[in-house]
Amino acid sequence: MSRIELRGISKRFGDTPVLNDIDLSIAPGEFCVFVGPSGCGKSTLLRLLAGLEDPSAGEIEIDGVRVNQLPPAQRNVAMVFQSYALYPHMSVFQNMAFGLQHRKLPAGEIERRIADAVRILQLDGLLQRRPKELSGGQRQRVAIARAIVRQPKVFLFDEPLSNLDAALRVQTRLEIASLHRALGSASMVYVTHDQVEAMTLADRIVLLQPLAGRSDGLSVAQAGAPLALYHHPANRFVAAFIGSPAMNFVDATVASLGDGRVLVDAHGMRCAAQLSPQGLAVGEPVTLGIRPEHVRLGEGAQRARVSHVERLGEVSHIYLELPGVGTPLLAKSARDDIAIDERLAFDLPAQALHLFRADGVAQARGTARQSGSGC
Amino acid sequence: MADDSLRPPFQNALLRGGLAAQRVRRAWWMAAPMLLVLAAVGAWPLLRTIWFSLTDSELSNLGDYAFIGLENYVGEYGLLASAEWWQAVGNTLLFTGLSVTLETLLGLAVALLLNQASRLRTLLRAALLVPWAIPTVVSAKMWSWMLHDQFGIVNHHLLALGLIAAPLAWTADPQLSLFSIVLVDVWKATPYMALLILAALQMVPEDCYEAARVDGVPRWQVFRRITLPLILPGLLVAMVFRTLDALRVFDLIYVMTSNSRDTQSMSVFVREQLIDFGLVGYGSAAATCLFFMIALLSIIAMGLMRRTFERAAA
Repeated sequence: MSRIELRGISKRFGDTPVLNDIDLSIAPGEFCVFVGPSGCGKSTLLRLLAGLEDPSAGEIEIDGVRVNQLPPAQRNVAMVFQSYALYPHMSVFQNMAFGLQHRKLPAGEIERRIADAVRILQLDGLLQRRPKELSGGQRQRVAIARAIVRQPKVFLFDEPLSNLDAALRVQTRLEIASLHRALGSASMVYVTHDQVEAMTLADRIVLLQPLAGRSDGLSVAQAGAPLALYHHPANRFVAAFIGSPAMNFVDATVASLGDGRVLVDAHGMRCAAQLSPQGLAVGEPVTLGIRPEHVRLGEGAQRARVSHVERLGEVSHIYLELPGVGTPLLAKSARDDIAIDERLAFDLPAQALHLFRADGVAQARGTARQSGSGC
Repeated sequence: MADDSLRPPFQNALLRGGLAAQRVRRAWWMAAPMLLVLAAVGAWPLLRTIWFSLTDSELSNLGDYAFIGLENYVGEYGLLASAEWWQAVGNTLLFTGLSVTLETLLGLAVALLLNQASRLRTLLRAALLVPWAIPTVVSAKMWSWMLHDQFGIVNHHLLALGLIAAPLAWTADPQLSLFSIVLVDVWKATPYMALLILAALQMVPEDCYEAARVDGVPRWQVFRRITLPLILPGLLVAMVFRTLDALRVFDLIYVMTSNSRDTQSMSVFVREQLIDFGLVGYGSAAATCLFFMIALLSIIAMGLMRRTFERAAA
């Protein structure tokens, strides 16, 4: 059982800030996923935990012990690399045994641990093979097995699935999830750029945003349970990153403020959003956001022309042309009978609308939970 | 060919059988000039040398010689009965063994140092090449002066430091001269080894080292179990190149100690017999022996390397 604490962590490479002011606590046994677009420093953060990089500022604690000065070996972490980092000249068995041989383990312990890992990851019959003779999925499992036999307090995964094909990725994702359940007490920190991996695996997501050269920005855009990030994005960056296809954004101005309601004007379309009006002023420019899956088609007072349709089978993506808005509004619908150029009624439900102020910060959702038409 | 589809089908069918043959013919034409040059400067002189080694030809009268069979090799005064020849063989092997071993060890050490990322690395890599870039005759002469028993800077400093009581005759003393020659060769060829080994080191994936670091594998184990096996093929190639080079050593020894028996290499022996003594037949026999020794070693080395590469690839 081990708790990881990060306090005020910053990292710069030369003059380039990569991570800024990260405070984070990872509970024992938690599956924590660092996710973000490329350049957000998620791999660097993982390497800071592993001890492969030094933080420029801040403290790292594992189990209440400050580990800043400790070499990777003494942090009791095991890492699975994106490239697998298997030793090419060693057999699968040797790859797993190599990290244990220098430790003074009782006789037979290495064999026992390897036998356990082989059973968990179904590596039977591969022990004498070289990495070159394995498929990508098998190599990945060997890399994970090599981490398991170390019996670390913390597992670190650096984009472990990014070199696998789509089908294998789904399968290995499930294996990692069940591995986490099986190992129970070990914390896992997992880096990915793929929001689906983040949403499906994580107990908690830490969404990082690129600093883009600014040293005053915050690296953590939001940290929380997957569904909290989905339903209550703290800012526009989180709202845009989580969810696929991405949330629709429409420029708007605040028209009036009510009790637990904000009325906005978006290019002549008046929408009521079920949000706290706190801090907003009438006439203030805001951005209205709604997820494609929350747009209701075939009902409501609004009308729009269908400019494009993508039929994926289980759902269709309907692109609605809004007057005065450059990008079409995307709606996800189970209907597959909608045709291009059709004029369609749609509704943006009040409880599904998000509002972002000019600085990107999201307006908090009010307590009142009543459904109703928004626009 | 890429434009096959553009041709009418019947023409395609006609061509298909001949394409491979055509490519082979073209390859031979491309290789022909090189083969001709090789035959003229390699095969022909070699065959002439082997032929001369079977005659009693002399430099003073090259046109007049008689075929004497293997007399130059196994006769009463033949090469294989000559103590001087065997000393030259011994000198060469000792020189090769010592210098290649030292160059490999030092080269490995230098390469490991240079493999650490640093701003100095580029500069050092360039500076390292200087000894290798200086013509051997020049560096041999330079070292001869530095090692000079009366006026040399080496003796001067060793005396000043009190490490030796009297000047040493580095290149004249039979106990020291081969050692001095090895020293100079090590000075000259270590950079070459270091650069070849550095190239091999840079092929070792960085993440293997990181994985070992996270696993807490001790540095010596990392070197022995990861670095060394992964650079072994490159290391072997470098060693084989140096060995074949060292077996033919001539200029360094000739400049530093001339024809001295104590340091004479096979190549120096060949030149002495051919030019100084004018014994073209006998000298050719020695040259032929040298050639076959190197050829044999090359074949063995290539076999060994192929085994190593196959094992590394398996």
